[in-house]
Amino acid sequence: MSFDAQYFDIGRLDRLSYRDTFVHQLDARVKVIATMLFLFTVISFPKYEVVALVPFFLFPVLLLTIGEIPVRFILKKVLLVSPFAILIGVFNPFLDTATMAVISGIPISAGVISFLSILLKFALTVSAALLLIATTSFPGVCHALRRLGLPSLFVSQLLFLYRYIFVLMEEAMRITRARDMRSFGSRGAGIQVFVRLIGTLFVRTVDRAERIYYAMLSRGFQGDIPSLRRARIVVTDLACLTAMVMFLAVFRFFRITEGIGCLVQGLLR
Amino acid sequence: MHMADALLSPAVGTTLWAGTAAVGGYASKKLKIQIDDKMIPLMGVIGAFIFAAQMINFTIPGTGSSGHLGGGMILAIILGPHAAFLVMASVLTVQALFFADGGLLALGCNIWNLGFYPCYLIYPFICKPLIGDGKNPGRILLASVVSVVLALQLGAFSVVMETVLSGKSELPFGAFVVMMQPIHLAIGIVEGFVTAGLINFVRSARPELLECMAASRPLGASISLRKVMATFVVLAVISGGALSWFASTHPDGLEWSIEKVTGKGELQEAEQGIARVLKGIQKKTAFLPGYGFKPAGNESRKEEAAPAWPGIEAGTSTAGIIGAAIVLGLILLIGVGIRSFRGRNG
Amino acid sequence: MSHHIIEFRDVFFRYPDGTEALKGVHFRITHGESVGIVGANGSGKSTLLQHMNGYLLPTSGTVTIGDLNLTRKTRQEIRKKVGIVFQNPDDQLFMPTVFDDVAFGPVNLGLDDASVRERVYRALGMVNGLALRDKPPHHLSAGQKSAVAIASVMAMEPDILAMDEPAATLDPKSRRLLITLLKGFTHSKIIASHDLDLILDVCERCIVIGDGRVVADGPAAEILSNRTMLEDNSLELPLSFQRRSSG
Repeated sequence: MSFDAQYFDIGRLDRLSYRDTFVHQLDARVKVIATMLFLFTVISFPKYEVVALVPFFLFPVLLLTIGEIPVRFILKKVLLVSPFAILIGVFNPFLDTATMAVISGIPISAGVISFLSILLKFALTVSAALLLIATTSFPGVCHALRRLGLPSLFVSQLLFLYRYIFVLMEEAMRITRARDMRSFGSRGAGIQVFVRLIGTLFVRTVDRAERIYYAMLSRGFQGDIPSLRRARIVVTDLACLTAMVMFLAVFRFFRITEGIGCLVQGLLR
Repeated sequence: MHMADALLSPAVGTTLWAGTAAVGGYASKKLKIQIDDKMIPLMGVIGAFIFAAQMINFTIPGTGSSGHLGGGMILAIILGPHAAFLVMASVLTVQALFFADGGLLALGCNIWNLGFYPCYLIYPFICKPLIGDGKNPGRILLASVVSVVLALQLGAFSVVMETVLSGKSELPFGAFVVMMQPIHLAIGIVEGFVTAGLINFVRSARPELLECMAASRPLGASISLRKVMATFVVLAVISGGALSWFASTHPDGLEWSIEKVTGKGELQEAEQGIARVLKGIQKKTAFLPGYGFKPAGNESRKEEAAPAWPGIEAGTSTAGIIGAAIVLGLILLIGVGIRSFRGRNG
Repeated sequence: MSHHIIEFRDVFFRYPDGTEALKGVHFRITHGESVGIVGANGSGKSTLLQHMNGYLLPTSGTVTIGDLNLTRKTRQEIRKKVGIVFQNPDDQLFMPTVFDDVAFGPVNLGLDDASVRERVYRALGMVNGLALRDKPPHHLSAGQKSAVAIASVMAMEPDILAMDEPAATLDPKSRRLLITLLKGFTHSKIIASHDLDLILDVCERCIVIGDGRVVADGPAAEILSNRTMLEDNSLELPLSFQRRSSG
């Protein structure tokens, strides 16, 4: 993916995270915990589970719609990162060929089912992760992580990283463009040039760190990064979390989807 | 090379997260003592640098394909192991959140694979001794290439182990290894050259940077072999515990996953195409004797279908498919409904 | 009111690599003055500014801010009195949101939450930036960043405001807004800049630095119309004067 595209993509996702919908306003800690529980539940399903995974799509759908996140945007990103999982999973149908199920007379191999399971789990987990950041600003996630117990040293530098990613990417973009403009035809980017580019970027980065440090000192910095944020968990947050946990428990341990199917089958007979 | 959640099992994911969290806590504590006020913004900005540098690609001589910088090793050399581990962890966190590059549960694995090995294993025991006083470009090159290659090999091998132990993929262990290791060997060599190149560049452009950084962190002294060993013991206990818990929830669990590893299942059918090739490779590369990597016998289908989690019956039936279709329809209806509700009121 | 005086007495400064940046700088700025500092690149302007809040300490000579002589021990205290706004707002806005950035100073001063909040709102109000408070700095335009950088310094309520090339990245409209803003401040103002027209607009007094020394020091209108002297120091007349004196 070209550098420009990657840059604007992360920019877009970042901008989405500062919006102001019901989902965005939920406490960040609740969202982080809910997402992790969701992920854990999804991957706890056994290898050949396909049908019981379907109801779990409700979670991303709700986040997308209530959070007003463009569907195609998320879909594109999910597709973009699928190659690795597909690459590994695609061997399953070839290696696991015993028949596992028969649907309307057509035998389906176990490998196909486990591959399908991987694909579904992939779609669910990746979209959940993306939607977490789409509905919670990165600083919000960081502060949540800190209140949930991560070392504050780590979180502080994570916030700095976030703050300067865009600045550095822009610098890198400028440097790369300068290189590309002067490399006619050949991609022009041999290792030697690359090393000089990132070397220059690195030196500039360290100089920048020096200036930032100076700016911090000038405003009284004495070693501790202050953090004023004091978000509180309210009833709405807890209600959503409870609903979530109940949903996860029910749909993990009871075969609701199949139940519905059986019901309908019975009715149709 | 980043693990995805979909291929991970809860047991493996939790174990690796525990390990990563432990190392992260250790690194934070050590850093807090040694830290110089300037470090936090420096670490953050260098993390952003790694990110930006990872996005610039370059052509690999002779192949025409493009490559990227990984970063673990160069971070360790510049910042020392503790800071480097934390920076690598943050870079991977941002990648997981913003680019879905590696899952959130798999983040523990990825930080371990790409952070622990370069910072705490390779750097102190191989890279630093080889680099010596950092003045000889030849030694720097050797140290960089060897270190990066080893670190990536360990990382790639871990991905294989994590995937195989999770049991969601059918890829036989041997074949997987044959796929991963050579690719990462090539990547490692290139990245090693890049790492050395960067160090030499900085040394000639701004020598005081390297010295300054290296000097303020007495690295050799701060990594005591005893502590490393102790960490290993703790990790071994955790992983041993987790694996046996996994095994106990599913009586034949471990054996079952080993069977998966040997690519069984096609004994009843004629071995076709890919399966045969892979099985062939696997037979030739089977090299861990006592572990039981041997062609499995005839196990019945029923065992494979048995769940690894309390009381669930796996399997797809027609009823299941009907139910799935209905549920999917319902979900879509809800989605569209909310959308248009928003549209009207928005 | 002695606490608003800045005095440089025979200040020399040599960088670790041997460069002599200041060679006997000598001047006195009193309460409420607005002073422009001009000079060619490399003349020592930035070095001079960096002495004002103790980032650099003179190799010899004394720097006095208010009642305090600048030493390693007094610099923390001095930083509460002198607020410096840098050339590149990206270096100065390093927190995740605008609010956090403007609050950074007050929190480091040890104020309680309520006071911090009050200071932030007041400072942002001064620069018309209240609406930006929850935004991350990288979502702001150059003009907005500049404004927020100023607010982040003003929130510390310094006695003296120093600025290094404040209008360098601004478009004409933002620049005009900045000038209006600065004219409204009653603090002692020290502005180092190449933008001679801005200095003419905002400052009553002007100090010309050349080769590490004070070359001229007097009312801005006078100094900045002295063509020969300016050109001798690799400068030229402000653009608004150039149109007047044709040829």
